[in-house]
Formats: sequence, C-alpha cells, structure tokens
Amino acid sequence: MEHPPYVSTTNACKLCKPLGACLAFRGVEGAVPMLHGSQGCATYMRRYIISHFREPMDIASSSLGEKHAVYGGASNLKKGLRNVMTKYGAGLIGVATTCLTETIGDDVPMIVREFRREMRDSGLRDLPALVTVSTPSYSGTHMEGFHAAVRAVVEQMSEDEKGAQMLNLLPGFLSPEDLRYLKEIMDDFRCPSVILPDFSMTLDGPALQEYEKIPRGGTPLEDIRRMGGAAATFEFGATLQDCKTAGKFLQERFGTPLHSMGIPIGLRETDIFFDALEKLSGAERPERHVLERGRLLDSYVDAHKYLFGRRAVIYGEEDLVVALTSFLTEVGITPVLCASGGRSGRFKPAIERVTAGIAPHPPAVHEGTDFRQIEELALELSPDLLIGHSKGYTLARKLGIPLIRVGFPIHDRFGGQRILHVGYRGTQSLLDRIVNALIEGNQNDSPVGYAYM
Amino acid sequence: MNAAGSVIFKERENQIHRKGREPFDMDCNRESLAGAVSQRACVFCGSRVVLYPIADALCLVHGPIGCAAYTWDIRGALSSGPSLHRLSFSTDLQERDIIFGAEEKLYRALTELIERHNPKAAFVYSTCIVGIIGDDLEAVCRRVASEKKIPVLPVQSEGFKGNKREGYSAACKAMFRLVGTGDTTGISDLSVNIFGDFNLAGELWIIRDYFDRMGIETVANITGDGRVEQIMRAHGAALNLVQCSGATIELAQMMKESFGVPFMRVSYFGVEDMAQALYEVAGFFKDKDPGIIERTRELVKDELTLLYPELQKFREDLSGKKAAIYVGGAFKAFSLVKAFRLLGMKVVMVGSQTGTEEDYRELHEITDEGTIIVDDSNPLELSSFLKEKDCDIFVGGVKERPIAYKLGVGFCDHNHERKQPLEGFVGMLNFAREVHSSVMSPVWRFVPRRNSCPSATP
Repeated sequence: MEHPPYVSTTNACKLCKPLGACLAFRGVEGAVPMLHGSQGCATYMRRYIISHFREPMDIASSSLGEKHAVYGGASNLKKGLRNVMTKYGAGLIGVATTCLTETIGDDVPMIVREFRREMRDSGLRDLPALVTVSTPSYSGTHMEGFHAAVRAVVEQMSEDEKGAQMLNLLPGFLSPEDLRYLKEIMDDFRCPSVILPDFSMTLDGPALQEYEKIPRGGTPLEDIRRMGGAAATFEFGATLQDCKTAGKFLQERFGTPLHSMGIPIGLRETDIFFDALEKLSGAERPERHVLERGRLLDSYVDAHKYLFGRRAVIYGEEDLVVALTSFLTEVGITPVLCASGGRSGRFKPAIERVTAGIAPHPPAVHEGTDFRQIEELALELSPDLLIGHSKGYTLARKLGIPLIRVGFPIHDRFGGQRILHVGYRGTQSLLDRIVNALIEGNQNDSPVGYAYM
Repeated sequence: MNAAGSVIFKERENQIHRKGREPFDMDCNRESLAGAVSQRACVFCGSRVVLYPIADALCLVHGPIGCAAYTWDIRGALSSGPSLHRLSFSTDLQERDIIFGAEEKLYRALTELIERHNPKAAFVYSTCIVGIIGDDLEAVCRRVASEKKIPVLPVQSEGFKGNKREGYSAACKAMFRLVGTGDTTGISDLSVNIFGDFNLAGELWIIRDYFDRMGIETVANITGDGRVEQIMRAHGAALNLVQCSGATIELAQMMKESFGVPFMRVSYFGVEDMAQALYEVAGFFKDKDPGIIERTRELVKDELTLLYPELQKFREDLSGKKAAIYVGGAFKAFSLVKAFRLLGMKVVMVGSQTGTEEDYRELHEITDEGTIIVDDSNPLELSSFLKEKDCDIFVGGVKERPIAYKLGVGFCDHNHERKQPLEGFVGMLNFAREVHSSVMSPVWRFVPRRNSCPSATP
C-alpha cells in the first residue's frame, strides 16, 4: 500500500464525508439532508454540488454557534428539525454529523429519539422519517459518507416484507443520466426494482413554474421499507465487498442475497451485471441491449488502432477508477497510474483483479493520494490522456494532454449531470469521447491538417 | 397575507421589510436560524476569502479535508506574478490526530510546505475541530516562524465562532501583524492602499490604472493581487480606501489607531459610485496636489464619453425590467441598486447575508416603495420573492443561481467566481452587457413561468 511521502495534502483528490451523505439523502423521495454542525459546512457543500448539477440543492444546518460547541448542539438540532418539518414538509430528514459534532460528543441518535418523543408528546402525529448517520470528516472520504448514508436509510427504514417481488439496486454515486438508464434497463427486463439512492430527478429536474421546496423524484419511502423482502440486492462498487454496506446489512438482517459487483463499465463488468439480471429475472436480455452490446463490441474493433498502447492516468473515487480501468484495458489503452484520495485498502487488489491477464503490466496504484503526488507521478509516466473529474484540468493543461471528464465534480464544463458512464451505452459514449479526444490531438498536432483521420 | 407568508419563519419576520408598508425597523446580525437553509457560510469562509488572493503567501488549512477542498481555487482572484494562492493546502486531519492532537503534524506540514514553496509568509487557519481539540496554533506558528525566518500567522477562524464577519475580523487581525514591519521609504505623499478589492477578473488593475492616471501611488493591494511585502509597508500610505462592507474595515480601523492612516469607504461598482470614489480621493489629496481635481475630471469625462453611448443601447432594451439582488455584503447592494437605476431598471428585492442595521437603513433610503429588503435569507424565501415580484433578473452568487434558473428568471453572477470584471467604468459596461444577455435571451419565452409556449407547460 502506497502512502504519500508527505505530511501535508495539496489539492485533495477527495471530498469530505458529510458531502457524500447529503448526496445520498437527496436521492430519497421527500428528503431534506441536514448537517449537524456549523453553518459553513452546509453552505460549502451546497455550492460545490450546485456548481456540478446546476440545480437547487438545499442542505439544512443546525447552525451551531460557540455556546453550542461548549454546551452541546442538541437544542439547535431539535429546533432545526422542527423548522425543516414545518417549512419543507419533509417526508424524511437525513441528519449527518460533521467533525464538530462528532468531537464535542453529541449523541445524535439519542437526540433524535428524544425529539421524536417530544413531538409525539406534544400531540404531533405525522412525523417525517428521521434517519441519522455518523459522518465525521476526519475518517474516510465522501464515498464512505455516501455509502454510510445509504446503509443508514436502509437500516433505519426497511422492514422484513416477505416476498416483495422486486430487486434492490444500490448503484453508488452515479450520474442522474446513469440512474435513468439503469431504470430503463430494469424496466426492459420487466424487473420491478428499487434504486437507492435515485437523484435522477431531484438533481436533474425540469424547468418549473413553482419552486419545489423538495424536488419531485427520489426513491419512494414505501419502496425502501419493502427492501428487506426483495429477491436480491445488486450493489455496485469493486472495493465494497465485505464492507458494512446497505447490501451487506440486507443480507445479514433479512437474508436478502447480495450480488456485489463492480460499477458496470466496459464489456466485462457490464456483462456481469446483465448476466446476473438474466438469471434473477428469468428473462433473456432484451434485443435492444443485445444490439447495444454488439455495437459497442463493433466499435471496440473500429477504434482499436487509435487506442493501442496509449497511456492513461485515471483518478478519482476508488470504485469509479477500478471500473474505468477495467474498461480501458479492454480497448488496449495502458493504464499507467490509478490514483484515489480514498484509502479503503481494497483499491490495489481491485485494480489488480481487473487488469490481470489483459493489461501489459499492472499500473501503479496510489491510494490516499492528492493531486500534487498525481502530478509528480504523471510527469514521469508521460501519459497520453487523463480520465477523471474536472479537478485534474490543471494537470492536463500542464501536460498538454486531453482530460476525459467523468464522475464528480465537473465544474468547468456543461452537462456533468448528464454524462453517461455505465452499461453498454455508457461505455459506448465514453469510448467515442476518448477516441475523438485522441484523434483530435493527432489532427491538431499534424502539420498536414488531414481532413480524414 | 401574501404568497411569501407561508415560507417565512416566524423567527425571521423581523429580518424582512417591505418598504412603505410600515416604519423601517429591521433585525439583523443574528445567528442563522437552525434548519432555515441560510445562504451564509462560516467564520473560516470569511477569513479564507479575504486572505486567499495574497499570491505569495502560503495558506494552510489546519483541519479535516473538506474546508480546504471546498476552497481550492475558488475565487477568480488574479495575480500578476506568483500563484501560490491557487493551491489548496491542508493537514487533512485523521481520527488519530483528533484523539492525540495534531500540533506535531501541523509543524511538519508547515515546515514541509514552506521548504517546498518558499512563501513570503504563511497563514494557518484554525477550523471547527481545531478549536475543540485545542491545538496551540500560536505556539506552532511561533516555532516555525523562528526556524524559517518568515512570518507565520495563526488565523483564529473556527467555523462555529460566528458568521463570515468574525472570519473577516480574524483575517484582519492576522494581516495586522504584518503591517508596520516593512520599509516605507520612497512612498509618495499621494498614495493609497486599496482595501476590499480581490482582483476578481482583474478588477483591481482597472482601479489601480485610474489612480495611476490621477498621479496616485498604490502601495498595497489588500488583498487582490496582494503581496506580503506590500502589506508590511502599507502603513506608509497616506490613505486607505475600503471597499466591500465587512471584509477589511477592521484592518483600516486598526491602522488608523496605530499608524494614524485615515480611511475612506468607497465602491467601484456602477458609474455613480465609481466616479464619486475618484472625486473623493482627489478631494483628499487636493491640498497636496491642486491639479489632481482637474485630472480626475478629465479621467471621468474620458471614461464616460466612451461608456454612455454603449450603455444607451442596453438601456433601451432593459428599461422597466425588474431586478432582485442578494449578495454577501450589503455595501455592494447599494451600488447595484444605483447601477440598475442607471439602466432604467427597477430593484424590487434586495438583501444580503451579513448587512448591518445601518446598511439596511441605507437600502431603505435608496430603494423604491414596495421593495423587499431582507437579511440572511434562504432559498424558500428568495424563490417566493422572485415569483411574487415577477423578476426579470436576479443578481447573486452560485448558490442563488439555480433558484433563479429553476423558476425561469435571468441571472447575473456578482460573486467570487465571476470571470468578467464588473468594477470601474468598463465594469459597468460589462455588467450591462451581462444583464442584457440574460434578460433579453429568447429562452424565457419558453419557460413555464411565461407560459406563452403551450408545449412548455406540463
């Protein structure tokens, strides 16, 4: 396991834990994410998320001040909950902690239990669901926060409803476009399913006449309750196996079979997903997906010479990097560096798994890294392209190579919420973008100015 | 009761005023209401935005990763030289650091970064968690300063200790430790420091050019395109010019007390305020240099001769349109109200995150009947005001943008991330162009709010 040789972090390649939790909560119907901490956390995260999705993103805060930091934040948390209930009419409030409230020792589950009791005692009936999750920013990244929030929702909401004829799909942090496409796939298989979280509408909604306090969409609470009785759970994320995820909880608590797999990008990982879907639904994959796969494979062939031996640096969230790396090796691109700010300890083995037997040599894998170290390594590795979110732009500019923007955040381009990454169709779109970026480079660098490439 | 009634918290009723309905009486400068989704940030944010543009200083955020990650290259504050400010440094505190304390980690991180980047000074920000675990920032900074022979300054910016204002104050206190330590020989009698301009999109350079043309030396930019050495000799200037409500006024006050440098509040936004700023500065120096008044008049005349015909084109289209304003500091709002008036537009709502009672009283003075004035607002209120007033454009920052767009209202970014200079006379033209390009876009005729396109309604 490689750790950065430095004590300080320069230009982090990760975000903090509560941000991930807020995103996950945003994908639940009627939910308002709320941070228990000082006001700045909520505002910073809103700004960061809004700049990517270009959508309203309300995150409530218990807005702690100095006296709360000393005497505890319970009263402000309760006041905040009450205000979010009355003004937003939330169906669910997802309370995530911050480093401040974790350290002063606020027992949030207990405060929320007290709050529930007080509300009931005061005669209030229709209380929203209140889900709490512990997300101190000093342990783990936004992805740990994301998965912890998904698990918290399932743990605190789902019941053992035997025989729910449906599948659970826990996709992790994908784009709204990815989520819409996954729903389409499930529909095509005539497979009733629950996708959690689902911010395909809440973070990419239509123009409106009336401002929605809480945007429409999100995983219905009723469906979440039934997750305990589903026929099986799909959970995406190559580094999540044996982690305390929502899928693991459903398996342990309700015996729901768990199919843990990588994010389906590239032929191999997508085949795994579709094969599992065929098996569980008892239906063959619909013709249009067979054709999409066929076209993707056809374009692998058409593109192979543009790509063979080209060197790529891939960075970002661990699971996304693993999935992208798996795909890149299939088309002959050589991943030379896989890097993440995450530090799960499972990143390197996962990269080795997807590159074994197909990549000419295993890429360098760095976890817990930052952009300074990525830059140092990249300068030696002389890559042909970078694949990751928009924070790698400075490096791409320095190296004079294309950056293929994927994942989150995309702060310097339009339409980040509509990037399709997964499945045969998402892979197709990634492939087209990568090939064209490289062709464009060849074309621009050529003194001839070829019009056929 | 109007439509907004249902979204306004009882606790916040006194922070909203409708001009003409009742005598002016407004609450402000209160802690944000829990659960109300305030648009405000925290103490750390206040310090970070003020110190950020000092391009040859190292800013190390002592805390978990979020605080540094969310402020990486966040402002469009340009530098004419070094660009250390565009990097994001953090001690990225982990659980064990929280348990055992992180002074040693801070020491090692600071040492490492100073050796690597050779900054002229280092600022070390305290975050929420550091305030709780009690690391002695002051001691670590002192130790590193003596070893590395550069100023290493703690910034007491624990997020929970108030709002942005306290952060501004912490930043000013840190900068004040630099002031007075530099050599002031050779500074002209006609000299100023520019306070509260962050050189977004190169705005400060526009202002400096005006002062150059007036024959005035600019000693220190505080903090846009800022340099540590300039700040150290800032006390040698004859006058401090303070823009931006809260951010740097405390430093000006401290410099007045300790070094006797007077200060003047100015704004460089809009034609009126820009010209007034230049005339007031000229007035200040006229005893030392009587010719300065005439030079300033020439300058303003030249600029306006270029500007007015251009503005006129936009004015024709924009006249009568309605604008809403929600900004961080109220001082900017004054200028915006006047700028919109120059374009023939009506300001129907104006608010800020951190205005003072004096600020809101001033807004009350300069706005029209019926204008909504609001302190520390939130998305629910803002969206209801936009709708109620049927606005054509909303001026704010990134967090306000989706509120406007979702409702089909135009938008102008007047915050840190803007890429067009909006200050100075040329800035007024850019502002008019930007407002025009949003208000006059054909896209609004398709949005549900305008309802003129049947296919656009659900």
